[in-house]
Amino acid sequence: MPVFIEQQKYLIDYTLAALFRRKTRNLGLLLVYTLLVFLFASVLLLSQGLRREAAVLLQDAPEVIVQRLVAGRHDLLPAAWLDTLRQIRGVGEARGRLWGYYYDAAVKANYTVMAAPERKLADDRILIGAALARVRQLGIGDGFSLRAASGPPVLFKVAGVLEFSSELLSADLLLLSETSFRTLFQLPPALYTDAVLAVRNPREAAMIAQKTALALPSSRPILRSEILRTYDTVFDWREGITFLCLGSLLLAFLILAWDKAAGLSAEEKREIGILKAIGWETGDILRMKLWEGLLLSLSAFLAGYLLAWWQLFHGGAKLFSPLLKGWAVLYPDFQLTPTVDITQILILLAVTVLPYIVATLIPSWRAAIADPDAAMRG
Amino acid sequence: MHPRPLPRLRKSNIALSLLAVLLLLFGLTLMEAAWRYHTVGHTVDRALARELGLTDLSLVTEARYTRHPSQTDRHSPFQDYPAALEHFPTGSLFPPPPHLTPAPL
Repeated sequence: MPVFIEQQKYLIDYTLAALFRRKTRNLGLLLVYTLLVFLFASVLLLSQGLRREAAVLLQDAPEVIVQRLVAGRHDLLPAAWLDTLRQIRGVGEARGRLWGYYYDAAVKANYTVMAAPERKLADDRILIGAALARVRQLGIGDGFSLRAASGPPVLFKVAGVLEFSSELLSADLLLLSETSFRTLFQLPPALYTDAVLAVRNPREAAMIAQKTALALPSSRPILRSEILRTYDTVFDWREGITFLCLGSLLLAFLILAWDKAAGLSAEEKREIGILKAIGWETGDILRMKLWEGLLLSLSAFLAGYLLAWWQLFHGGAKLFSPLLKGWAVLYPDFQLTPTVDITQILILLAVTVLPYIVATLIPSWRAAIADPDAAMRG
Repeated sequence: MHPRPLPRLRKSNIALSLLAVLLLLFGLTLMEAAWRYHTVGHTVDRALARELGLTDLSLVTEARYTRHPSQTDRHSPFQDYPAALEHFPTGSLFPPPPHLTPAPL
């Protein structure tokens, strides 16, 4: 065993000396390779992290939400619908929700405004999300005025800022009392934005949605499972689109790597010829070339992956925030929980490391099985 | 007496050590993921979602169909005027929710 290890170390010594002879070319390749793995790994890890975050955070989302549709569009729901919904067998509780959007021209940001009766807020008090507080530089006790639908501004006092840890859910939230909500948006008392149903047996949620659609034909029930599926689709789609964009980069890299690895130069062929002439066996040459491919591609893979990990889970994912942000002013400052999918890592490894090793081995094998004399002559 | 010269570092030793460090760090990322999976609690966030009946992540707040993709209707991205095209940049990153898209034949 020690002899075998020593033999491999001599092969690595030789390989590294050969790589250092073409320092600039190999370092450039290593850098591009690392960058490529970094980009792919970042997209994979980000999508995986967000997908898990959505699945965990939204597992307590309402079991069924009922919207009213008018001419195919979401409309306000009459309070009388709540009674009809409560009469559906299996429905434990039906309550109306009041929420909407408010565009703040001062900072060009959209807020999600929501009535929170459970918080028992006074009519002139609001609770705000952490990102909103950051953008508007607001703290507890500060005044904040919103323009009412009727025209005049309504002055509120910030009673609290929502937990920073829940920013992924509440970055743009503005919570207020039901009365304030209705005053702000000039909403009649018998209307709600939508209704939330609590179901006695969660396995019956789909059946209750069907019954709701029958009892209220202009309603649209949305199940929690559909909400969760929406986020799965969103992140799959985004991953797919980014991979499509990165695909051209991968192709360019594969051409570069193939050209570099597969097209042995006359000098490299002569080198193999000399090695054969001084007694190296074909197996030794292949082992040497295998080490070359392995050292370069595995180092690039690990370095790229580790950089992506650090950037996403310890560096605040700053690189990808513009992509997610779009034109939005409010963006949550969140810490993703690292999530690893071994299958995805193996696929990434197979896509990036294997082709390079194959591209290194095949031409060397061809040169190594040729006659040393012919190989030395190129 | 001359001091014994330090042994010269072999290139293979340096390369293998570097590779070992990278592999160790890679192993640590797997351990961190496993550890954080069990220790990071989302109790506060989940309680907030339960209390307010929150349905979506506030990840992209620029348009209502990207702020609440699960609550959107088919017309939301094209709502501005007849024949209007969807124009927010992140709209291209948000497909319509599966429950609004037709089932495959």
